[in-house]
Amino acid sequence: MQSSLPENLIKIENNLKSLTRTRSIYSFLSIAALIAVIYSGLIVAETGNATSIWVGLPKFFDYPIDLFVGSWEYGYRWNLLLLEYLPDLISTINMALFSTAMGTLLAFFLSIFSSRNLIKSKATVLIFRRIMDICRSFPELVIALVLLYLLGKSALPAVIAIIIHTAGALGKLFSEAIENVDKNPIEGLESCGASWFTRIRFGVVTQALPLFLTYTILRFEINIRASTILGFVGAGGIGEQLYTNIQWKYEADTIAIMFLLVSTIIALDYLSSYWRKSLIGLKS
Amino acid sequence: MNRSEIIENYSDIVVTKFSSKMWSTFLVLGIIVYLIIAILSLDILQIHKKWSPERASLFALDTYAHKDHVTMKWSEPDDIIISFEGSRWSQYVGPYQKSDGLPARYPEWTSIGSEGETKISFKNGGFANLYDDKVTIENWPDTQETLVFRLDAQGKPYVENVDNLPKWIRVTENKIEVRPSLYERVQVYSKKVEVHRYSLGWNYFWFDFDSPLEPYGIWNAISLSFSGDRIDPNISNFSLLIQEFLNNDMWHHGQILWALLETIFMALLGTLLAALLGFPLAFFAAYNVTPFKFVRTILRRLFDTLRGIDFLIWSLIFLRAFGPGPFTGIFAIAITDTGTLGKLMSEAIENTEEKQQEGVESTGANKTLQHRFGIIPQILPIFISQTLYYLESNTRGAVIIGAMGAGGIGLQLLGAINTGTSWEKVMYMSLLILGVVIFMDTMSAKVRRALIGDETLGAELQLAKMAKK
Repeated sequence: MQSSLPENLIKIENNLKSLTRTRSIYSFLSIAALIAVIYSGLIVAETGNATSIWVGLPKFFDYPIDLFVGSWEYGYRWNLLLLEYLPDLISTINMALFSTAMGTLLAFFLSIFSSRNLIKSKATVLIFRRIMDICRSFPELVIALVLLYLLGKSALPAVIAIIIHTAGALGKLFSEAIENVDKNPIEGLESCGASWFTRIRFGVVTQALPLFLTYTILRFEINIRASTILGFVGAGGIGEQLYTNIQWKYEADTIAIMFLLVSTIIALDYLSSYWRKSLIGLKS
Repeated sequence: MNRSEIIENYSDIVVTKFSSKMWSTFLVLGIIVYLIIAILSLDILQIHKKWSPERASLFALDTYAHKDHVTMKWSEPDDIIISFEGSRWSQYVGPYQKSDGLPARYPEWTSIGSEGETKISFKNGGFANLYDDKVTIENWPDTQETLVFRLDAQGKPYVENVDNLPKWIRVTENKIEVRPSLYERVQVYSKKVEVHRYSLGWNYFWFDFDSPLEPYGIWNAISLSFSGDRIDPNISNFSLLIQEFLNNDMWHHGQILWALLETIFMALLGTLLAALLGFPLAFFAAYNVTPFKFVRTILRRLFDTLRGIDFLIWSLIFLRAFGPGPFTGIFAIAITDTGTLGKLMSEAIENTEEKQQEGVESTGANKTLQHRFGIIPQILPIFISQTLYYLESNTRGAVIIGAMGAGGIGLQLLGAINTGTSWEKVMYMSLLILGVVIFMDTMSAKVRRALIGDETLGAELQLAKMAKK
């Protein structure tokens, strides 16, 4: 069979074999590297952890069970707790909404100055991009902790921290959306003597608005989580209540807060994915 | 064409209905009303009351400068203590003290004057002189005369020649404070005199106060480690260098770098585990791979639950099971992102083109091979790019989980902020975190661009792009 094949086919077959061999060597190497990373990581984790993984794993359900037993003993008045913590939830959502709005506004201005197709000066674009990089790279928590120390405990430091982070994160996405818009409408406006602002208003914003909205809705969802976490370190809202109740070991209250949080996040998740899909025309 | 003609000819695109115009007006009004309510409810207008510029400038100064303290008690004027950052453990041994066989070590900005007084020179060209019974400051900016501070009969500090005091000297009943700029400060109390002298930079960053390598400085120490006699006869200079750097008592490099490594591993392992779990599960949740609706629905709801219970709550649950440490972070990240990646990937699988799978089927391949060669090559770039994207955002998440109690650099940072004094360490750790996050960001962006050409698009937009193809 082998000898009956023409010579060039045998060559091709040999090439294929050697390629397959190289490929499997690469796959083997990458799998080995993966295993090495996981193994060394587990060793790092095992030495750094208070409890070994084999002790901790069976205890995984202890805390959830404690919580449920505690709230079962609390009895039928549990649902009133939901009402009790509703104002805190609203204040957290308020924090997230306000800082998303302000952050988006800032991000919009930052993104205009860091888009190559709107700003001719390369230095300006570079400077604004670096500003956004730095805003984006700091975790909100770091900024919030420093501001909490300087301004005292209130919602304000958390709001400022989220605004800074949102401006950086959204600014990058916005500027990339702006750079990807079609050039023709802008040129058309320019040809009939439109000013720089008019060009942006009717040439850029109209094209990029669906993407802007998509990213903003996604960011709002992320910011609700962020403002809950910042509540833990003293920004108030439902995060702070959660932290206090966990410290006091009030199981029923803890479960009620967790329930509120999770249902808010899931509801928002569905809502935002529905909005996003209808905005980018992907309804399935 | 006039207005009415335009409206007539283009009635399908020109909006004339009153209600549709009002709708946008109401929207804008609503936003404005909300912003006013939010500004009032979040106390935004109170910011100027809470903001104390003095505290903030001291904090800012502390992040890039260090200070030395010179303290003299009026009761024991011979025993002047010069220390770094006022710490008991880092006192200079001055020439005026019995040094008990220790090498005399004193900062070059102190000297002994002609009358036996201790002279402290400042960057602004002035001096503060500590005598047994008085303190003088000479040659300071904005004033020609030498100001003399003494204690009166009741033991209260006062200024001798009081004609016109410069603005930067504040005299109260129990204290005189001299502070022309942030960099120099002389405080005279009834019990003691304290002089603070700030200098730029992070001092003792490489080696701590007591380190044998400290007098050499970092560059000399590095060149010593390759040549020269042993400083400590027991170990080589190079090991000494590494050991002294990592065991720095003031900056705790060893501890901080280890914590950083823990945080990186938390993000790395968490994301890897999520990818390893989410990728196969995604196949079972996609309708073109799994025919059983029952299995798909269960998996879909599982993904939603894992994702909906925020990583904050997961980390609280794991914190109880594993205690503080990286496992908490690893599992919290892994569980949350299994949900996210599973959902995204199952959608990606459902959006793949059928033709490729049919092509593989036509060669007589079985189902497994059809999925292997018909689906995986289509979704692999999206999968890898999404995993890398989550790796980058999880690095930031791991810092936060760390501060919640899982350890790592987040906890170190929280500790440093809570002391309220070691702002230079806060700055140092923030820069480390910034460096790691920017590094991860750049790396993952590069790989993503190489894989899919357009690293800017999020998963859903990539899916939309795929669906349009």
